[in-house]
Amino acid sequence: MGGRYGAIFIVLAALALVPAVATVAEAPFYIGLFARIMVFAIAALSLDLILGYGGLVSFGHAAYFGIGAYAVGILSYYGVTDGIAHFATAFFAAAIAALFIGFVSLRTSGVYFIMITLAFGQMVYFVGIGLNEYGGDDGLNIARHSNFGAALDLDRPIVLYYFTYALLLLFLLLGNRIVRSRFGMLLQGVKSNERRMIALGFPTFRYKLAAFVMAGAVCGIAGALFANLTLFVSPSIMHWTRSGEIMMMVILGGLGSQVGPVFGAAAYLILESVLSRLTEHWQAVLGPLLILVVLFSKTGLYGLFAVSRRRSG
Amino acid sequence: MIYAIEQVLNGVQFGVMLFLMAAGLTLIFGIMNLINLAHGSLYMIGAYVAAGVFSATGSFFLGLAAALTAAVLVGIAIEIIVFRTLYERDHLDQVLATFGLILFFNEMVRILWGSTALYMPVPSFLSGRVELLPGIPYPAYRVAIIAVGLAIALLLYLVIARTRIGMLIRAGASNRVMLGALGTNVTLLYTLVFALGSALAALAGVMAGPIFTVESGMGESVLILAFVVIVIGGIGSIRGAFIAALLVGVVDATGRAFLRPFLTIFMGGSAAAKFGPALASMLIYILMAAVLFVRPQGLFPPRGL
Repeated sequence: MGGRYGAIFIVLAALALVPAVATVAEAPFYIGLFARIMVFAIAALSLDLILGYGGLVSFGHAAYFGIGAYAVGILSYYGVTDGIAHFATAFFAAAIAALFIGFVSLRTSGVYFIMITLAFGQMVYFVGIGLNEYGGDDGLNIARHSNFGAALDLDRPIVLYYFTYALLLLFLLLGNRIVRSRFGMLLQGVKSNERRMIALGFPTFRYKLAAFVMAGAVCGIAGALFANLTLFVSPSIMHWTRSGEIMMMVILGGLGSQVGPVFGAAAYLILESVLSRLTEHWQAVLGPLLILVVLFSKTGLYGLFAVSRRRSG
Repeated sequence: MIYAIEQVLNGVQFGVMLFLMAAGLTLIFGIMNLINLAHGSLYMIGAYVAAGVFSATGSFFLGLAAALTAAVLVGIAIEIIVFRTLYERDHLDQVLATFGLILFFNEMVRILWGSTALYMPVPSFLSGRVELLPGIPYPAYRVAIIAVGLAIALLLYLVIARTRIGMLIRAGASNRVMLGALGTNVTLLYTLVFALGSALAALAGVMAGPIFTVESGMGESVLILAFVVIVIGGIGSIRGAFIAALLVGVVDATGRAFLRPFLTIFMGGSAAAKFGPALASMLIYILMAAVLFVRPQGLFPPRGL
């Protein structure tokens, strides 16, 4: 267990130092890159809750990301700039969508579940394209960052960076509490043997749905952060490949490892950033790399750092 | 009325194309227990090769033959290189590895043919219109798609229900360990089924070429609809896939055509214009949710095939 906390500490300390180092090195690009990494780390850790701990292979997670981003975009479109309104709407809109999608999808399992979540993700994507009022396919520009008052001025990149950092920290701590709670234990029980959990008298559907909604809501927050980062939302941010990317980050970081998603998001986005500078056709390299990771690694990047950890799943 | 019949026909035409995709997917899933996201890539490869060869040689059939050959070869190659390792893995690994394949193929297509969409004309012998019913002219090419799709569905049924190879496929679906123990080369059977699925996907891609744009990533929107089809039809069931494909095709086409005028009656033109397109694209997913709500295993839960 010591290794786990050590890793978390190192990662968080490094992330906290990024703006200072980037400013000294006069490379503000890295503040943006690492802010993105943290946003996707939040999205990935929300997926890890249901995928890594609950064993639910949800392939539509980008939908909640998009809903969160669109919550900020659409409210701004109507002139609402209040940050609390933005993030609360993102959170609850994503939670409600996850409630509906989860309610239908969780009636099934296995491949059905994968296909259905993928299909619902695609549905939300097409709804985004159909929303002509909000830019349709072309997307929607956001005039200003979410307004949290003068003390927390998100217009300043550094403030936005540490705001994202604080939220990542919050969700890491929260995730840690959830995973170690009775609820988290139940969820892991469902993953390893759902039939036994049912036989023991647990209403597993309810627990799975609760976890599914939590994951969706947190991913909505990640989407709202992303909208603030780019000041632009379009359906492409919830394209199904985004769901695949978020899932890749979870796998790269190691399933069910709490801090793993941070590693995974960093690895994926840095790899993407490096490869795309080398060649325009970076996806032709990334694809086979991902296949190799899947075929030859079971514990992900985090597993490389914490070998002694009990192997999960 | 003519417009309505035309829309239903469009739906049937789209439905048989979805069936070709869904049949391959559902066979591969039913027998190898493999979820293959890269099935859409084979559809895309079919469309690209056909468009390329067709424009180079001027012969549609040469394009078709090249497309089927290319897709079957690529299908066999990825089956041997990637999928053989994946059969024993869980579905998550299969999803991720085939996601990697999609990224690869989408990018390879861009490298080989450029990132602009290819244009594929309707072959000249099918460019006219035919009167299916008196007074209702309908594009001959789409009629041909419907005819080919139905013929393939019938052929598939006959092969699976009446031939020796079909018997082996059914046996593989119900108990592959036993089939192997009885002396059948299951590895070879898997490769064969995979090649068959690849050919069906490529055929759908070739037929889609002149109707949709031939572009990188074209396979995935069809793939996801094919998923909807097999979820509605019941995974592993060819019959379910056929009925669900037609259902999804018709609901989608008529929804896009009629939902907006229908909404206009209730909520006025501007609101209908605002929400009509978004709602129309949700329709088949709502259908899927409704079917699942009543029958979580789909309309035809498979007993064998």
